[in-house]
Amino acid sequence: MMEMEEFVEVKIPKSLYDRIKERVEEAGFDSVDEYVTYVLREVLASLEEEEEEVFSEEEEEKVKERLRALGYLD
Amino acid sequence: MVSKPHGGKLVRRIVAERTRERILSEQSEYPRVQIEHGRAIDIENIAHGVYSPLKGFLTSDDFGSVLDNMRLSNDLPWTIPIVLDVEKPNFDEGDAILLYYEDLPVARMHVEEIYTYDKKEFSVKVFKTDDPAHPGVARVMNMGDYLVGGEIELLNELPNPFAKYTLRPVETRVLFKELGWKTIVAFQTRNVPHLGHEYVQKAALTFVDGLFINPVLGRKKKGDYKDEVIIKAYEALFKHYYPKDSATLATVRYEMRYAGPREAIHHAIMRKNMGATHFIVGRDHAGVGDYYGPYEAWDLFDEFPDLGITPMFIREAFYCRKCGGMVNAKICPHGEEFHVHISGTKLRKMIMAGEQPPEYMMRPEVYEVVRSFENPFVE
Ligand SMILES: [Zn+2]
Repeated sequence: MMEMEEFVEVKIPKSLYDRIKERVEEAGFDSVDEYVTYVLREVLASLEEEEEEVFSEEEEEKVKERLRALGYLD
Repeated sequence: MVSKPHGGKLVRRIVAERTRERILSEQSEYPRVQIEHGRAIDIENIAHGVYSPLKGFLTSDDFGSVLDNMRLSNDLPWTIPIVLDVEKPNFDEGDAILLYYEDLPVARMHVEEIYTYDKKEFSVKVFKTDDPAHPGVARVMNMGDYLVGGEIELLNELPNPFAKYTLRPVETRVLFKELGWKTIVAFQTRNVPHLGHEYVQKAALTFVDGLFINPVLGRKKKGDYKDEVIIKAYEALFKHYYPKDSATLATVRYEMRYAGPREAIHHAIMRKNMGATHFIVGRDHAGVGDYYGPYEAWDLFDEFPDLGITPMFIREAFYCRKCGGMVNAKICPHGEEFHVHISGTKLRKMIMAGEQPPEYMMRPEVYEVVRSFENPFVE
C-alpha cells in the first residue's frame, strides 16, 4: 500500500515559532507545521530560476508561420 | 511574461524523423500493446508538454504521492494520476514497447516499472467516492490490474478533424508573445457559450491583457454538444462580441476525468503550460452529479501556493430583471424573484424543442449557429 508523505524535523528559533503560532489561526491554518510548509513552498516557487525557452529562432519562425496560416496572427 | 512551464521546462517528447522511421521499420521487434483513445490523448499531451513536467506515465512513487499528497514525489503540485493500465503485461521492466491505438503506432515507451494498485483507493482519493455511477470511478473500475510507468516518445498523432484549431503549448506561447500579452486568463469549456459564460470571461478579462478560450475536445457523453458546434458557436461569439486584440480561441484534446476540485487544479496546470498566467475556476468545475460542492474547487487552490498560475474565482452570473443585466450574487442586492439563472440543461431543452432562448440567455448569433446543425448534440 501507499505510504503517506515523509516528514523531517527542522529547527527554528523559539521566538520565531511563537510569532508564527500567533499568526497560524488568523491565517486559517491548523498548525505551525502547515503554515511553515505553505510559506516555504510559496517562497521557493517565487525564487525558482527562470529557464530560457529552448526553441531556436528558426523554430519560432516556423511556429509563427503556422499561426499566420491559421489566421491567429496577421 | 507568459507563465513559466510547470516544473520549469516545457517537455517535448517527439522522436526525430530518422529515429521514427527506424522504429516504424522495426515495429515487429517490439512488444505490442493496445491502448484506448483516452490514453493516446494523454500521450499527445505528454509529448507536446501540456502535461509538463511529465515525460511519461507515472511510476509507483509518483502515483502514490499524487494520490496521498496531490504532488509528485519531487513536491511539485500534481492532482490527477496520469497512468497507463494493462490487463496482463506481455513485456518486462526495462523493455521498450510500442503503444498502438487501433492500428496506429502512437508511441514508444521505455518500461521503467510495472506495479499493481488498489482501484477503490484510487477512486476514493481522486474522486472522493467509489460510487460506480460516477463516470471517473466507472473508468477506474474497468482499468487493467497493472500500471506501467515510464517515459514515452511520440511516433504518430491521432487523426484530428480539428487540427487547425488545436494549438500546442509552443504555439500558444509564441502566439501570446506576438500578441504582446503579458497576462493571460484561460477559460476551460465543453459547452456552447451562454451569457453567463460571457459575463465570467469578460469580468476576468477586465484584469488581464488577454482572454484565452480553450475548449476541450474529446470523448463525449450522450447529450453533450458536438465539438464542431462548440467551436462554431464561439467563432460567432468572437466575431460579434469580443475585442479582436484581446481574445483568442484554440482547442485542446483531453479526456475529462470528472474529478471536480482535483481536476480543476489539473486544468490550471495544463493552461499554465500553454502560457496562461490566470485561470478561471468555475462553479462546480469539472464536477458531475452532486459529488462535489459548487465552490469546493475554489478552496483546494489554497493548498497550492506554489502552483504558478493564479486562479480567478468569479461567481456564477445570472440575469437580474431589476438590475436589467448580468450580475452575480456579490453585486446584486435584489431577491431571487428577480433572478433568472441560466442553466446549460435548460438551454439544451429549449434548443431541442426548437425554441429560441431569450437574448439575455444566449446571443442570437450563437443560437443561429447551433440551430444550423441538424443535430448539435452527441447521440
Ligand atoms: Zn439585481
